[in-house]
Amino acid sequence: MKRKFKVILTIISACVLINVVKAADELVIYSGRSKSLVEPIIKKFEQENTIKVNVKYGNTAQLALTLMEEGNKSPADLFWAQDGGALGVISKNKQFTLLPPETLSLVPKKFQGASNQDWIATSIRARVIAYATEHLQAKDVPSSVFDLTAPKWEGRVGWAPRNASFQSFVTGMRVLVGEEKTESWLRAMKDNKTKNYPKNTPIIQALAAGEIHLGLPNHYYLLRFKKSNAKFPVEQKFFQSGDPGNLVNVAGIGVLKTSQHPKMAQKLVNYLLSAKAQQYFSSQVFEYAVTDETIPNPQLLPLDELVKQSPSIDLGQLDDTEGTLKLLQRVGLL
Amino acid sequence: MRLPPWYLTFPVFVIGLIMLLPLGYLLLKACSASPAEILTSVINQRNLKLFFNTLLLGVAVVIFSTLIASPMAWLTTNSDLKFKPLFTLAGVLPLAVPGYVTAYTLLSLTGFQGQQVLGVNLPNLSGFLGAWIALTFSTFPYLFLNLRSAMFGVNPALSDSARSLGYSEWETAWHVVFPQLRPAFLAGGLLVFLHVLGDFGVVSLMRYETFSYALFSQYMAAFDRTYAAWLALILIAFTCVLLVLEMRILSKNQYRQVGKMQVQPIVPTPLGNWKWITYPILTSVVFGSVVVPTLTVLFWSSRGFNVSVLTKLAEVILQSASVSIITAILATLIALLITYTSIHYPSTFSDIFERLSYIGYAMPPLAFALAWVFLSLHGFSLIYQTFWLLIVAYVLHFLAEAIGPVRSALLQIPNHLEEAARSLGSSPLAAFLRTTVPLLRNGLIVSFAFVFLATMKELPITSLLSPIGFDTLALRLWSHAEEAMFVEAAPYALVLIVVSLLFVSTILFKESEVA
Repeated sequence: MKRKFKVILTIISACVLINVVKAADELVIYSGRSKSLVEPIIKKFEQENTIKVNVKYGNTAQLALTLMEEGNKSPADLFWAQDGGALGVISKNKQFTLLPPETLSLVPKKFQGASNQDWIATSIRARVIAYATEHLQAKDVPSSVFDLTAPKWEGRVGWAPRNASFQSFVTGMRVLVGEEKTESWLRAMKDNKTKNYPKNTPIIQALAAGEIHLGLPNHYYLLRFKKSNAKFPVEQKFFQSGDPGNLVNVAGIGVLKTSQHPKMAQKLVNYLLSAKAQQYFSSQVFEYAVTDETIPNPQLLPLDELVKQSPSIDLGQLDDTEGTLKLLQRVGLL
Repeated sequence: MRLPPWYLTFPVFVIGLIMLLPLGYLLLKACSASPAEILTSVINQRNLKLFFNTLLLGVAVVIFSTLIASPMAWLTTNSDLKFKPLFTLAGVLPLAVPGYVTAYTLLSLTGFQGQQVLGVNLPNLSGFLGAWIALTFSTFPYLFLNLRSAMFGVNPALSDSARSLGYSEWETAWHVVFPQLRPAFLAGGLLVFLHVLGDFGVVSLMRYETFSYALFSQYMAAFDRTYAAWLALILIAFTCVLLVLEMRILSKNQYRQVGKMQVQPIVPTPLGNWKWITYPILTSVVFGSVVVPTLTVLFWSSRGFNVSVLTKLAEVILQSASVSIITAILATLIALLITYTSIHYPSTFSDIFERLSYIGYAMPPLAFALAWVFLSLHGFSLIYQTFWLLIVAYVLHFLAEAIGPVRSALLQIPNHLEEAARSLGSSPLAAFLRTTVPLLRNGLIVSFAFVFLATMKELPITSLLSPIGFDTLALRLWSHAEEAMFVEAAPYALVLIVVSLLFVSTILFKESEVA
């Protein structure tokens, strides 16, 4: 019996020892972008600047909630989010500090927290229309997101009402065409038996399975599927130029007021906007760069072309997520 | 009624109070809305529909799980079944697989993905049916292991006397054996039901709307902590009703042995001709719970296995396993303390404090984690984002999983054994260690296994409360799966399954050797 206790005690103390983590006085990032996308570029930053960076990875919304709960006691220096909505929430909660003008000037005004100037995009993704190539050709794909309510597409379209990017797209549509028109479009889509998916990936899978023939995802999911399977039976394109269906969304970063190392934090923000980092986002992550110093990825449009295709909208206006959610709830999609 | 000594009362009381803290946080958040807002957001048609959906799924999964788990538990303990270790393993493995992986493997075998793997185009699983199958396959082990450990504790002598007094086989089973298993049925069924209540991964992948699905989207899309707090409170109220019901049933049926406890070896019942249907049915369960997930994960791994993915893997495995081990040991010990108090010193006090353990489990993990962010920063800020807070949160959240097996094992032990030891001069602690603990082995081991496996695959609590830089297999798996990088995610899923299995099977088989 005694020997067993000794064994158990040894195991416990070994387990504790493994996890006694050193006190961290290094840069702390809360990252809603996943480790697989972020780690390579953070490693490079650490090597080049001999600054130690600690990243807490999580889901963007969960981390935003955590930051709100932490308030002025947050140990974080930076918040790197996967979508503009969450950045807007933290900005509204007055937890970000202002960014210097020389940083803001690196990126088109379209892609920063315009009203508060306290966060900035690090890369961009676009909404597209994806189609199943076994059932449709490029010319069959409708030229506006409003055409998807036609009887022809009944039960053939998929979307992800709970997905943050989809919700930003709805917020964008509300800004562009107004509350009423958006609501009637959503209702018409629902009546047209549009299928709900939890997020983008299953939309792509359902397209490949032939379960649906058209889908409304972000542009890069398909590119990742194509990476492991070039014959994947799905393609994608933009609607006509300026269509709300072509909305762009950002991944962006802001420095928190609670930061213990504001200078180091600022340095990291600038690094993420450097040509090296931007090149990484476009060629490895398949996202659009936000500065124009990179060699364009052949599978992506050049930045100025993307700016042309995307509807004219101030991303700062996309922070009314709550209004969108109320609308989606009213229509019965949430 | 005897009063428990202070060294039992005090810790049980303190743990109960800590368990109530997150509930206080929820009430605080919930009350920040105006009464009119509350009324419209709590009482509406949508909530009613969610309630019905949740109830339907919960009941269906409990029934289906019982149908799988009870024969399996009996066969692996009481029959002359061959390959018992394999079949036992099949009953444990699903606990090592996160719910979203189970759902994903099922989904990937149907539709287009399935065509690539199987060469057959099966209709896509989704909705109620998909959620029902996936949740049953991932939760039936809670019942299986609870029952299995209880079956080892059933005293064959009782059945023998019943038969010798003229009961038929069926009457013996119904009147003598079944009552002894009732606590295990209830504890296991309760865990399965609570698991369904709290599940988010499976229902979201299968697109079936339940309460926790609505709650999650409230947090994640609306950042609306008030309405989410209300939904969480409704969910907890629902759980409390279940707990009261279970308590009623349990208290009506107290079965304790009075006579001499004889640990008799079980005489295996020959299967005879039944074996012709037993083996095919069990094999299909093994297929569903072991072969399918493992093969799917292997298939994806083979699609571009990359050694560089596995760098630093040893460290991640160590971190994963070490927090899980500590959590499991602590949770099992606390569960023992609580159930021991409530069984040996039954009173309303001890009953209530035992039931309180389920509050942590019933709280949606995301709400639970946020509560601890708030509580630790406003009370014990030194432990925020340290290893210790993570352990505290895990233990409180998973304590309920440890209660059931220990409780049903304790109920099968005559308490006068310990009294006898004390009357012979042993101190209370020594008496407990020498008489009760050895007889509790099965129960303790199963509790340990439950908590260990649950901790290994936990996500929201880990990601919010862990120290910065802390990494687990589940976090890595999620990080890739979230980005649709299945090929990159597969090795982590595989390692998670293998590590969990190695660990738990070692313990389980050591246990059955002794028994």
